[in-house]
Amino acid sequence: MSDASAWQLVFGGDPALYAIVRLSLIVSLSAVALAAVVGLPLGAYLALVRFPGRAFLVVILNACMGLPPVVVGLAVYLLLSRSGPLGFLGILFSPKAMILAQAILVLPIIAALTRQTVEDLWEEYRDELTAMRAGYFGRVGTLLWDARFSLVTTLLAGFGRAAAEVGTVMIVGGNIEGFTRTMTTAIALETSKGDLALAIGLGLVLIALIIAVNALAWGARRLGEIRAG
Amino acid sequence: MRAPATDLPIALRDVSVRAGGAAIVDRMTFDIAPGAPTILIGPNGAGKTSLLRLAMGLLAPSSGRIDWAGGTAPRGDRLAMVFQRPVMLRRSTAANVAYALRHRSRRAERVADLLRRVGLETHARRPARRLSGGEQQRLALARALARDPEILFLDEPTASLDPAATKAVEEIVGGIAKSGIKIVMATHDLGQARRIGGEIVFLLRGRLVERAPAERFFQSPDRAESAAFLRGDLVL
Repeated sequence: MSDASAWQLVFGGDPALYAIVRLSLIVSLSAVALAAVVGLPLGAYLALVRFPGRAFLVVILNACMGLPPVVVGLAVYLLLSRSGPLGFLGILFSPKAMILAQAILVLPIIAALTRQTVEDLWEEYRDELTAMRAGYFGRVGTLLWDARFSLVTTLLAGFGRAAAEVGTVMIVGGNIEGFTRTMTTAIALETSKGDLALAIGLGLVLIALIIAVNALAWGARRLGEIRAG
Repeated sequence: MRAPATDLPIALRDVSVRAGGAAIVDRMTFDIAPGAPTILIGPNGAGKTSLLRLAMGLLAPSSGRIDWAGGTAPRGDRLAMVFQRPVMLRRSTAANVAYALRHRSRRAERVADLLRRVGLETHARRPARRLSGGEQQRLALARALARDPEILFLDEPTASLDPAATKAVEEIVGGIAKSGIKIVMATHDLGQARRIGGEIVFLLRGRLVERAPAERFFQSPDRAESAAFLRGDLVL
């Protein structure tokens, strides 16, 4: 594979390349899904509920959007290593560890942007939902649903972060060929080996995938907006 | 079958609302009882909207007391309100009504009934946010009716509507009043207050100036401020 040109790699149907692409997509999309399951309700909670220390939590959450990936990778590594508190899971250097690490990295982005989106919408909806006696879960459900088009962008921001990430997955995945090698870790490796054709090929595929996912999400959002008004 | 809990009468006792040192509602004592519509009139800043929000339980008084049928909070879940600029949920016209339904049984049938009642049955599948201002206000009325209310608070529901849309809303409000639902409506449109009738409550600078049956109020108001307002003088 190393002597092929970038274009041949992209369009030549190389099975090794497809395996890397497939794993990258599975890891990034699973991480975003996992982070969304926690981040959407967490963001909505912070938007709707007032409690002592909330402002501090919001500042910390916003700051965590800039978490250094290698630090997250190191923390997850220590957690999952044999002597770590979650070492019994035995998932270090596996795609599961990569998903967990990326989810931790993406969670603050999803939660913080959801908090802002829901808080802004709540200002608009407060009187109506209060007048309709909507309870806490009714409010959360309504606000998340009615903010769904904005939240698609939030999820895309999370996906962008996950798909472009290299430090975390390198540390907790180990960049094992055919098992935990993703596009970004492969690019880093091939560049260091001097195989620029493969690195460029993978880079092109990665950019194309990010554009494709964003285009799909944009199309779905536009269709939804046309239908829902 | 257990009778639904009632929130009437609503009694405001010496209620004030202050913001930034100014009294928006100033030591007001006021009762809302079952019967004919109660129309709140007065210039901007008179306290009409605040009074509605107090009675609806959306605004807490700075001082004084509000009782809903003797309780300290609305309990019957049968208070509904239509705002001057209602917010449409980002979904279809029918889904907006379905969302507000108090009882979930016979959902589709009830939604269709309510849309028919406000003349929006042909718009059921249209996105609510694409309706015109008048249609949105009628949808807001349908949504309020979906709460199966005993009291309906209306905050200047026709303030930004043209005469045709205003007429449509007034006809619906008239029908609601006839069905036995207590209407409490704020308006600065004297013609509308006259058309809907019932009793008039004239507010000025957060205080209740005069309360009288509509006919008497418009023919021979007791207070000089009321007479000046009816003449079209600038009452400040």
